Amino acid sequence: MYSKDGEDYFVLDAHVALWDARPENQLNVHGKQFIDCFYDYHRNLSPESERWSYEDYLYYGGERLMKDLFEDGYVDHAIFQPAILGAFYKRGFGQTEEAFALAQQHPERLTYNHAFDPRHGEEGLRQFRRDADRFGLKGVKLYTAEWFGDSRGWKLDDPWSYRYLEACQERGIRNIHVHKGPTIRPLDRDAFDVADVDTVASDFTELNFVVEHCGLPRLEDFCWIATQEPNVYAGLAVAMPFIHTRPRYFAQIIGELLYWLDENRIFFSSDYAIWTPKWLVEHFVDFQIPEDLQSEYGSLTTTQKKKILGLNAAALYDIAVPEHLRVAAMPAEAQPQAVSIA
Amino acid sequence: MSPTDLRDGVLEREAMAALAAVLDPELDEPITDLGFVRSLSAGTRGDVVVHLRLPTSFCSPSFAYLMASDAKDALTALPRVRSVVVQLDDHHDSDLINRGLAADAGYRGTFAAEAEDSLDCLRETFRRKAHTAAMERALTALLRSDPGLSENDLYQVTLGDLPDAPTTEALRRRRAALGLGTDAGSRVLVDGTGASYPEHEVPLRLRMARSVRVSIDGNAHFCRGLLRTRYPESAQDQAPCVHGDTDPAAPARTTSHPLLPLEVNAS
Repeated sequence: MYSKDGEDYFVLDAHVALWDARPENQLNVHGKQFIDCFYDYHRNLSPESERWSYEDYLYYGGERLMKDLFEDGYVDHAIFQPAILGAFYKRGFGQTEEAFALAQQHPERLTYNHAFDPRHGEEGLRQFRRDADRFGLKGVKLYTAEWFGDSRGWKLDDPWSYRYLEACQERGIRNIHVHKGPTIRPLDRDAFDVADVDTVASDFTELNFVVEHCGLPRLEDFCWIATQEPNVYAGLAVAMPFIHTRPRYFAQIIGELLYWLDENRIFFSSDYAIWTPKWLVEHFVDFQIPEDLQSEYGSLTTTQKKKILGLNAAALYDIAVPEHLRVAAMPAEAQPQAVSIA
Repeated sequence: MSPTDLRDGVLEREAMAALAAVLDPELDEPITDLGFVRSLSAGTRGDVVVHLRLPTSFCSPSFAYLMASDAKDALTALPRVRSVVVQLDDHHDSDLINRGLAADAGYRGTFAAEAEDSLDCLRETFRRKAHTAAMERALTALLRSDPGLSENDLYQVTLGDLPDAPTTEALRRRRAALGLGTDAGSRVLVDGTGASYPEHEVPLRLRMARSVRVSIDGNAHFCRGLLRTRYPESAQDQAPCVHGDTDPAAPARTTSHPLLPLEVNAS
C-alpha cells in the first residue's frame, strides 16, 4: 500500500520476474545480448539513484525480490510473468522453481503465472495441462518472439496456439498476457503487429488478453483493437518508466489509453527487475497530464490512479482488496467502454 | 583544414549525404540523424566502408536489413564509388545480414526460409504510418494556431490552407513518397491511398492519427536514448528529433564532429 496526501493506494504489480542471466546459465551469445538489452533498458530509463550494478542485475534472488517489491516498493501483490527463452539460457531465463516456491511461501503476496509455447505440439500440451494443475494457474505469459528450432516466432492465431488457448479455457486460466517481440515468420510481416490478438480475443471471449507494454511499439494498432474488443487490456510494463525521463510522452500514452480503452482496463507493472516499483509508484501518484495537453487528454483523477495501480488487476485475478482501499465504482462491476467507431 | 584533407573528405561527404536519404522506416527519420552510422571511411580510389549500429541486439531483423541494404544501394549509386561494404555491428543477426549484404543476396537470399516474398508491404505499411503522423502534426499545429477552428472543420482543409511551415513541408514529402497529390487543392485528412473519410468520422480519424504519431515519436525517443546508453559516443552523432517534442535528455550535437560535417536540415 502507498499513502500520499491522505489517499491510500492498493498496489498490484502485474508483471515481475525472477531471472537468472549469469554467464554460467547463458547458452550462447544471445543470452548475453538479451540481458544486455534489458540492462540498457534499465540504465536508460531509471533515475540514477535507482540503477543497479550489472552483477546485481544478472541475478538478484528471491530475498532481494521480496524486499524490492514488498518492503521498499509499496506492492501489495505481484504476479510473475516468466519468459522461458530456452534457446538462450541453459536452465531458462525465468526461474520457474524458485519463483513458484516463493509464491507458495507467500500466497497472499505472489501469484505465479507460467508460459507455454504451442510449437511444442501435443507433448507440450500435455505438459501444459500438468503445469496448470501443479501451479494452480490463473494466467499465462506468452512471448511470441521466443526462438524454437528454426522458428523465431509464432502467432496467437496459429492452429496449435488455438489448442493451447482451448486448454486455458478448460482449466479456468482466464488471463493471457501477451508480449510481442521482434521476430516472426515470415519476416515480411511486421513482427510487432498485434492483429493476432484481435482474432483470438474475438474467438475466446471468456479469456482476458493483457497486451504487455500496451502494444508498444505499436500503440496505435493496440488501441484500435482494444477499443473494439472488451476483453483486451493494456499492461503498462515498459511504458511506466517514461514517467521519469519523458513525462510528456508518458502523458500521451496514458491519455491515448484512457481515450481508446477505459480506466478499468489499464494495469500498472514495474516489469521488475527491469525497473523497481518504488519510484514508479511514487512518480505515478504525483503525476498529472501537463496543462497544455489537457485539452486533448483531460486530467488523471485519483480514482483512475487507484484503479490503474491495483484495483483493475485485482479484479481480474480475484485478489481481495481491503475495504478502505476500494473506490465507489470498482472495476469488476463496470461495463467495458469503447470508442464508438463508424 | 588543409587542401589534402578537403580532397580526401569529398567522397566521405558525398557518402554521408547519400546515407542521409536512408530512413529508419519505423521511426521515419534518417539513419544519420539517429546516430546509426557508426563509422564511414572512403578511400581515395572510391572504396567505401560503413559500419551501422542499432539501439539493441534485438531490434527487428527485418528493419535492420532494410536500413543496411538501403544504405548499400544509396552508396553504390554514387558515381565515384567503386566498392561498398556495409556492416551491421552487434546485432543478433549481424552474421546473417552481413553475409547477405556482401553477396548481394537480396532479402530472400539472406533470410532463406524465414522470408516469403519481399519487404515491400512492410515498407509500404510504415510509409503510410509516417504519412498519417505527418498529417496529424500538420493538422494539430493548425488547430492550435487558430482557436476558431474545430476538429470538424478539418474535413475541408487542403494543403493550400496549411502555413508555410516545416510540418507542411514534411507532410508534402510523405505524400509524395506514397504517390499522393501535393498541389494546394489536395485535401489533407486522407488515408494512405489518398481517399478522404466520411465527414462525420473526421474527429475519430484525427484521434487515430494522433495515436500513430504518439507511437512513432515515443519509439524514436526510446530508440535514441537506448542507442546513447549502448554507445555513449553516439550522442554526438544524433541530430535533434526533427518532429514531435524535443528530447530533453539528448545532448546538443556539436558541429565539429568529423563524421558528420554536414549541416542538419530541419524538415
